[in-house]
Amino acid sequence: MTDIIIHCLIALLLPPLLLGVITKTKAAFAGRVGAPFFQPYYDLLKLMRKGSVFSTTTTWVFKAGPLVTLAAILVAALLVPLGRHHAPISFQGDMVLFAYLFGLARFFTAIAALDTGSSFEGMGAAREVTFSCLTEPTLFIALITLARMSRSLQLSTLLTYPTPAIWLAAGASMLLLVVALFIVLLAENCRIPFDDPTTHLELTMIHEVMVLDHSGPAFGVILYGAALKLLVLGAIFINIALPVTTGNSYGDWLVFVVAMLVLSVLIGVVESVMARLRMVRIPQLLVGATILSAFAMLLVLR
Amino acid sequence: MALVSEPMACLLFAAVLLALSGLPGLFLQRPVAAQWIAALVAVFASVLGAYAVIQLLGGTAGAVYQLDWPLPFGPAEFSVDHLSTLFLIPLFLVTGCVAIYSLSYWPAKEKNTAAKLTFFVGLFAAAMVVVLLARNGVLFLMAWEVMAVSAYFLLTTEQQDAQVQRSGTVYLVATHTGTMALFVLFSLLRSTSGSFLFPLPHALSAAFPAATIMMVAALIGFGGKAGLMPLHFWLPGAHANAPSHVSAMMSGLMLKMGVYGILRTISFFTEIPVWLGWLLLVLGAWSAVNGIALAASQRDLKRLLACSSIENIGIIFIGIGLALVGMQTASPILVTCGLFGAFIHIINHGLFKSLLFLGSGVLIHGTGSREIDRMGGLAKRMPATSLFFLIGSLAICGLPPLNGFVGELFLYVGAINDGIHAPLPLAALVAPVLALVGGLAVITFVKLYGIVFLGSPRTADAAHSHEAGGLMIGPMLVLAAGCLATGMAPLLLVKLAAPAVSWYAGIEGDLVSRTGQQVPFMPLTVMNSLLVVLALALAAGYLLRLSKLPRSTGPTWGCAYLAPTPRMQYTGSSFSEMVVNLFGALVAPLRRRPSLATFFPAVGTTFCYAATELVLDRVLTPIFSWIGLGFSYIRRLQHGQLHIYVLYIFATLFVLMIWAH
Repeated sequence: MTDIIIHCLIALLLPPLLLGVITKTKAAFAGRVGAPFFQPYYDLLKLMRKGSVFSTTTTWVFKAGPLVTLAAILVAALLVPLGRHHAPISFQGDMVLFAYLFGLARFFTAIAALDTGSSFEGMGAAREVTFSCLTEPTLFIALITLARMSRSLQLSTLLTYPTPAIWLAAGASMLLLVVALFIVLLAENCRIPFDDPTTHLELTMIHEVMVLDHSGPAFGVILYGAALKLLVLGAIFINIALPVTTGNSYGDWLVFVVAMLVLSVLIGVVESVMARLRMVRIPQLLVGATILSAFAMLLVLR
Repeated sequence: MALVSEPMACLLFAAVLLALSGLPGLFLQRPVAAQWIAALVAVFASVLGAYAVIQLLGGTAGAVYQLDWPLPFGPAEFSVDHLSTLFLIPLFLVTGCVAIYSLSYWPAKEKNTAAKLTFFVGLFAAAMVVVLLARNGVLFLMAWEVMAVSAYFLLTTEQQDAQVQRSGTVYLVATHTGTMALFVLFSLLRSTSGSFLFPLPHALSAAFPAATIMMVAALIGFGGKAGLMPLHFWLPGAHANAPSHVSAMMSGLMLKMGVYGILRTISFFTEIPVWLGWLLLVLGAWSAVNGIALAASQRDLKRLLACSSIENIGIIFIGIGLALVGMQTASPILVTCGLFGAFIHIINHGLFKSLLFLGSGVLIHGTGSREIDRMGGLAKRMPATSLFFLIGSLAICGLPPLNGFVGELFLYVGAINDGIHAPLPLAALVAPVLALVGGLAVITFVKLYGIVFLGSPRTADAAHSHEAGGLMIGPMLVLAAGCLATGMAPLLLVKLAAPAVSWYAGIEGDLVSRTGQQVPFMPLTVMNSLLVVLALALAAGYLLRLSKLPRSTGPTWGCAYLAPTPRMQYTGSSFSEMVVNLFGALVAPLRRRPSLATFFPAVGTTFCYAATELVLDRVLTPIFSWIGLGFSYIRRLQHGQLHIYVLYIFATLFVLMIWAH
């Protein structure tokens, strides 16, 4: 019971901090002090108190988009184990539902973008759905590989399965999986080198351009949803990349939180040292990630 | 009352009623009344049929009826088993909905083709019922031909249109090529079993050399009807050019008759050869990926839906292939998951594809166009249709909490289980393929829904469109409610498909609870409810918050551009351009660009984008035109001079006489 409460608290409260850490890291690389770590929380609170502007073109779909997206990601957050602890809800085959919840989220984000009738947002929606379509097979190949290793279809068993011993035994395929999943993590969360959340030119954006017309609480919901998505996909990555356990339940929670923060720093570093890829290169990198995870699967089958 | 207690009698009576439902329209002088009579009779027949189906699902055994007809093919036998029942479920539901819908969509008051259309719709539905009940090869072929030919007359309703004529001809050639293969199948069946009556399940040995030919013939004949690649080429044109409620029946029901035929043929044999399962799996995967990639490239609303039917048929065949591979490798979970996935998807596709085609009918009715890029902003003018269309789109993408997810879940679980336990888990590759297909489906249906219903109207027709009447909304409401209910409570779908799965795989005992331990359809109800409750709670919170805060409205932000027009919106073609380029090898739309010598193109130059169909446009049409060229020489024999024709007959008889001696 305590674990369930801690799981929910971490899932609900930690995400904005990750954004804060990323921004701070980037600021440090640029030689600036940067916004405080808790700035995203202030932003969210502020947005919840701001008025909204609605385009006359939009319908109820525009308002429903961010809400359904957040609901889907929240349910996904209940399915994914954080660190060494099993998820609050877990059943055979939950991995399929997990992947499809992101599909639902994407569908609603994209139609909410198209609801404005803006060509920028149409462009962003087209890019988002196309790139995600290429990341989905990667995720599934990675999950099948882990399912075969752990002989389970349950996310909680499957993601808590890797241990240092397994890393030593199947290091190559684990490494390939980690690389592939890191690419998926960056692509799905619209990070450099796939997308630049801070750019000022709508033509080059993917996710940010889809939400141009959202304002007030709706925009807060979108920001929060994006941060939560970072936590959920980051948790998958950390469970595989950092298979350590302290033996103490609270210790494991602490390890997870610290690992999440380190991962945010890592993302911040990637964002600082890399440039955004040209749009035509992105599919190549994503297909490359699929092939990497397929290699990992081959090595496990061998 | 004796009739009502016997499901088989109900089914046959329903078939007769359906076949006769359009007859008054052909003779009565009052077309409107006749159409109402036909619709009411069809609805009554559907209710009767549905009642029989419920009885059959409840475990009542259907009787066997034998008709001694004066034809030398053995008795005409009618019988019903769980496999037939499965296909009857969507059949009666969709037929009833279509009958109501057609009253408003193709009203006899305005369209003089209504009487003919109504007659053939009834005949078409009745023929499909008989196809499912027939247990004699010749009877089956007769029903099959009535079905195929009435579909031809239905799709050529607007026969003055050249495009309709062409797709009608392509359809007729394709369906009869398939029937030719079926003649081979049933002739061989007769020579192996000694009778045109269908053999008992698993009665024939697959080791028999003719068995391979029979399976290939079934694949060609039935696979062509189902729209399995590469025999799918007739499908987009036929579905696009038929009236929308007919497309709903063709896509939701007629394609499934091909699936039924293959399943029925396979059930004759004791053991299934290894290659068949893998072949079906590969063809299914190809159809799924290629079908949805084709759909993404379409500009025509109904062609898009038709191509997505190819995808869904592919998913069904992936399930059947998984099951057959599972039978080979003695993996019971693969068998149950594959069959459940396929059978549930058969019901699901009947629901959501019919819903989407009926919705497309409303769009065509309201805007007068089938072109996606000429619509836009229809959600405001058609609130009910847009909601139902959204439900259908989510369902067809296989997204929770709608019903499409349930079938795909079974396939994923089967595939991943294979990935865990099989020594060489080739079937596990189905999972990433399905993920890719799911991603492409999201692209396609976000494009369809977003461009058609959202944004602002791109043409005056779209701006002045109107919502359909209650007679068109009602059937869509029924289908959408079906999608939602079965999505929220997947147990319903599992229970509908379970008898057919047990029958087909020969499983005894409580299949549902045993499958429930492997496939999470029970927790899915909880998760779906959680999702819906969370979304509603968030919506309530958001609206409450919104009511306390200032709000204003204005135009969409357009980079401060002063004179935006609806034409500046993103179009469907541009939306799918990126993915179409990625799948260029499979899709290859035709693009004609003006060559640019200066900064601006010359006046009058145009850009042309047309989705093409690889098999039909690049392979079959050239071959057929060469053959036509060859036949133009033979055409000289046919010149209209009667006395020479008589000479031909004489010469033929003479030659035959000499040959016989």
